[in-house]
Amino acid sequence: MIKLENVSKSYSAGIPALNDVSLKIEPGEFVFVVGDSGSGKSTLIKLLLKELEPTSGNIVINNQKLGSIRHRDVPRFRRHVGVVFQDFRLLKDRNVYENVAFAQRVIGAPTKSMRRKVPAVLSMVGLAAKYKSYPREISGGEQQRVAIARALVNEPKILLADEPTGNLDAHNAWDIMKLLEEINHRGTTVLVVTHNQEIVRAMKKRVITMKKGVIVGDEKAGDSYED
Amino acid sequence: MRISTFLYTLKQGVKNIWKNKMFSLASIATMSACIFLFGVFYSVVVNFQKVVKEVESGVAVTVFFEDNIKEKEIKAIGKQIDKRVEVSKKVFVSAEDTWDEFQKVYFEGAEEFAEDFADDNPLIHSAHYEVYMNDISMQESLVTYLESLDGVKEVKSSDAAANTLTDFNRLIGYVSAGIILILLCVAVFLISNTVTVGIAVRREEIAIMKLIGATDYFVRAPFIVEGILIGVIGSALPLAVLYFMYRRIIFYVADKFRWLSGMLDFLPVDQVFSVLVPVALILGVGIGFLGSRMTIRKHLKV
Repeated sequence: MIKLENVSKSYSAGIPALNDVSLKIEPGEFVFVVGDSGSGKSTLIKLLLKELEPTSGNIVINNQKLGSIRHRDVPRFRRHVGVVFQDFRLLKDRNVYENVAFAQRVIGAPTKSMRRKVPAVLSMVGLAAKYKSYPREISGGEQQRVAIARALVNEPKILLADEPTGNLDAHNAWDIMKLLEEINHRGTTVLVVTHNQEIVRAMKKRVITMKKGVIVGDEKAGDSYED
Repeated sequence: MRISTFLYTLKQGVKNIWKNKMFSLASIATMSACIFLFGVFYSVVVNFQKVVKEVESGVAVTVFFEDNIKEKEIKAIGKQIDKRVEVSKKVFVSAEDTWDEFQKVYFEGAEEFAEDFADDNPLIHSAHYEVYMNDISMQESLVTYLESLDGVKEVKSSDAAANTLTDFNRLIGYVSAGIILILLCVAVFLISNTVTVGIAVRREEIAIMKLIGATDYFVRAPFIVEGILIGVIGSALPLAVLYFMYRRIIFYVADKFRWLSGMLDFLPVDQVFSVLVPVALILGVGIGFLGSRMTIRKHLKV
């Protein structure tokens, strides 16, 4: 579960990036967050990852109050939140398998677990055959799949995706969305920040609209979303 | 820590060195130069100290007795001298020995003058102990003690010799400490530079690591390993070079400058390196650790 209570975030004097935002996302939900540049979407993701601290208000994720997590416990918290970025952020000098295994390595998982989980998650994202390829040898859509596999290999309860289709063509963008939907069906809460109105409209999921740091719309799943 | 994580950290440290080959090489070269200079300096200093020690060991305090002292009392004084920690050895020189020595030195070629004294020993009250010390800087306290003993008339010592040697030893100590300190600072600075470049190159990777839940320790460890490895390589190389150089110099001097033997005996290579190897390695590892740790604290906000 993700809960924000009156959360504000200001970087410096001026308009706050987030202004008194409150929202609740139940476990297993699939939520889109939409809005123009500067609406506060990226700040929201950073706050949820505890990359930033809110200026005021509380954030609760998986029953943990983020404000009370000590610096040294942040890594442990992040292991329960998978994250995917627009620019994939893969390690260019490592192949597909190593990129995904890296997430397991980082948390100190035993080699045995790595050997079991990495091929399983790669086959889930449809890249089992390309495990030896390097990022430069695969398409953008495939690179995003690797990033998703890396985010999922530690079995997080929540997956945050910041513009996951921003660098992809329409066909690949749809493939990634279908994959995220499948991941959601397996029980993971998915929060997708996107500009892609076409996808948002077609997916018929809950849509939170932000403008200038404030939530200006919250359409339930199944409602027809209009920009 | 799991063995696999340990091995991974080690591998990443080696990779870091490899990725920044030029900077790593520069660091290793400078570290080698520093340790090499340290080694040269150390070898010179210990050999010099050996020479000084040998000179020191020839400096003695002379203890003269009251005129009518009995042999038993002289022996008692000797026993008390033996108990002192400053004393390495003492030699009893009788009045007869003193007179014989005097004749040898001053009447050489004019023995007839000595014959005038017949059986008369003009130095009858010159029996004495020559007391040699472990450390010449202890001379002052020893003299004070000896002067306080019953039956001792006079204690003669060379303050100038003792002070000069003590001051010289101290100077060597200060100079070596100063040079070592400068070398340490240079080496730490260079390792710090290399690690800074390593961090800059891997900034994106570090950001990814943090976002997927890597602990600070996991992020930092490869850089510490990198620093330590540079330290180890940078100290092992000059040690090997120094070892062979030292041996060659000993052989060369012994062969070409035979007339110096006795005056200039080098310490055996094993004796010098039994101290130099662990000290240089500890220095290397220490500098590597310190340099990388300082840099990480400054540039790697995780």
